[in-house]
Amino acid sequence: MDTPVYHYFDHGADIGIAGYGETLERAFEAAAYAMFSIMVDLDAVKPASPVDFVFEESDVELALVTWLNHLLTEAHTRACVFARFALRHENTRWSGQAWGEPWRDSLERGVEVKGATFTQLSVTHTEHGWEARCVVDV
Amino acid sequence: MHGEDIMNLDELQAITPYCFALPGRGDAAPVRFFGSRALLEAMDEKVREQITNVAKLPGLVGAAMAMPDAHWGYGFPIGGVAAFDPEQGGIISAGGVGFDISCGIRCLRTPVTLAQLSPVMEPVANALFHAIPAGVGERGTLKFSAPELDEAMMGGARWAIARGFGREEDLRFIEEHGRVAGAVPEHVSTHAKERQKGEMGTLGSGNHYLEVQVVDRIHDEMAARAYGLREGQILIAIHCGSRGLGHQIGTDYLVTLAHAAGRLGISLPDRELACAPIRSPEGEQYLGAMNAAINIALANRQILAHLTREVFARFFPGQEIDTLYDVSHNTCKAEEHVVQGVRKLLYVHRKGATRAFGPGHPSLPEDYRAVGQPVIIGGSMGTGSYVLAGTATSETQSFSSASHGAGRAMSRTQAIKHWRGRELIDELARKGILIRTKSFRGAAEEAPGAYKDVDQVADATENAGLARRVAFLRPKACIKG
Repeated sequence: MDTPVYHYFDHGADIGIAGYGETLERAFEAAAYAMFSIMVDLDAVKPASPVDFVFEESDVELALVTWLNHLLTEAHTRACVFARFALRHENTRWSGQAWGEPWRDSLERGVEVKGATFTQLSVTHTEHGWEARCVVDV
Repeated sequence: MHGEDIMNLDELQAITPYCFALPGRGDAAPVRFFGSRALLEAMDEKVREQITNVAKLPGLVGAAMAMPDAHWGYGFPIGGVAAFDPEQGGIISAGGVGFDISCGIRCLRTPVTLAQLSPVMEPVANALFHAIPAGVGERGTLKFSAPELDEAMMGGARWAIARGFGREEDLRFIEEHGRVAGAVPEHVSTHAKERQKGEMGTLGSGNHYLEVQVVDRIHDEMAARAYGLREGQILIAIHCGSRGLGHQIGTDYLVTLAHAAGRLGISLPDRELACAPIRSPEGEQYLGAMNAAINIALANRQILAHLTREVFARFFPGQEIDTLYDVSHNTCKAEEHVVQGVRKLLYVHRKGATRAFGPGHPSLPEDYRAVGQPVIIGGSMGTGSYVLAGTATSETQSFSSASHGAGRAMSRTQAIKHWRGRELIDELARKGILIRTKSFRGAAEEAPGAYKDVDQVADATENAGLARRVAFLRPKACIKG
């Protein structure tokens, strides 16, 4: 995964995230990086054990929310944090992979993300590439 | 201000100095804003946009309402209240409840005075920080199996008390007497149950806290007496919700309801309002799952209350700590309300809003019936909180709803540019407020300056007739998630 390009945008109560990439998948991966960076400094996280998952979604915007929420579910269930992401998709089938490690005391805590929302949700293609954005609830 | 646009007040009609209306138009029902003009002038245009969109949803009864602490949320604005009639195609929306289902405040009343606590304030704060798992990635020491969690989803605080966390007496002072009806664990996904296994008895993160407070000022002597409050007394407020289980239910049903709305031909002004009719398979499933999450939140706050009592008992043996009240903020509840003279069963969404029953309501404990339900406005960690009492007028004004907090005035992304967590904690310590947290980022995001003026919110809540002020509480120590 190349260095992810992402930024945060203002929201009244929560946090807006936007990921960018040459392809749709890279933009989704960058959005995931932005989301996990709210919880921890990802430079300190070892991308050790991988987790795989697959989902079906025909709507590309709902796919962004589903991708981010799948990652949160896996991270919270395993009490771990992810720092590297890979996503592929073919038609309506999306295959995701994430690498991370269990929480340990030396990881400085950021803020928990509860879920990705439909607010300010958009997946757009411009002449510069793809942008995937939404507000995440913290 | 956090957003790009300040709310346009041009079309608002002042009904009173603390209630403003936007008339219904086309497919939109009317909107009511409660609050002073100054509070409304500081709101983001997105609040107006979101609550106006709520007013377009099917089956809305009366007006869509924004409380004095309203701010831009997702789906509904935070501080949004809307009641729907199931017999008129009324809907239920996951975005009208939020991910943190039944997030709320358990307020505990101690017999300890500030003078007694002050000499041991630091060790008490440290002991609470040690005993209460708080922050992202922190798991509870209590582990429950899937069948046990199913029981918790049905039993709420009653389940927790039956397992030794607290005492029977607490139940009288919890909404729904500690357990909401209509929970259906079968409608809760395996993922949601998995997420909760290590999270019972944890505080969470973001705006969640456990705060040691002192009663600083009494506004209403009669209500204060009924609530057992006196100046100089120490209270403890526990602000948290249904943890991973609720978050996962919100996640699961956001997409389910979005698909349902499309299938059922519900025209949504914005996708974030994904919803289904209350009387539809998806609507009923979400309702069953959401009620299960409400019970998990009630059980969670009951466990945290117990852990808090254990800590206090080490410093103040033999001193009884009572539950003043337990209120939920993010819910959709089936309640009876009188609409144009007819009693109806309505589903009232309160997204970042508190139920505020007035005097005489049958669900209130006898001790409080003459003065109304305790309403708690949780403020920022540097300013203070209010206890208020529900009024008779809130039933006709707002389906018995009131403000739930100070409400954010600045975004989290802006807050971390303005404040450094370490410096903020030191500054608050110099003011006599001890902060214990593992997240400096979290502390900066929750800086007191990022919130509205809680005095203005409480004042507007009272003047709008939603609830009346009883006591102001000043923070002394705060465990932040």
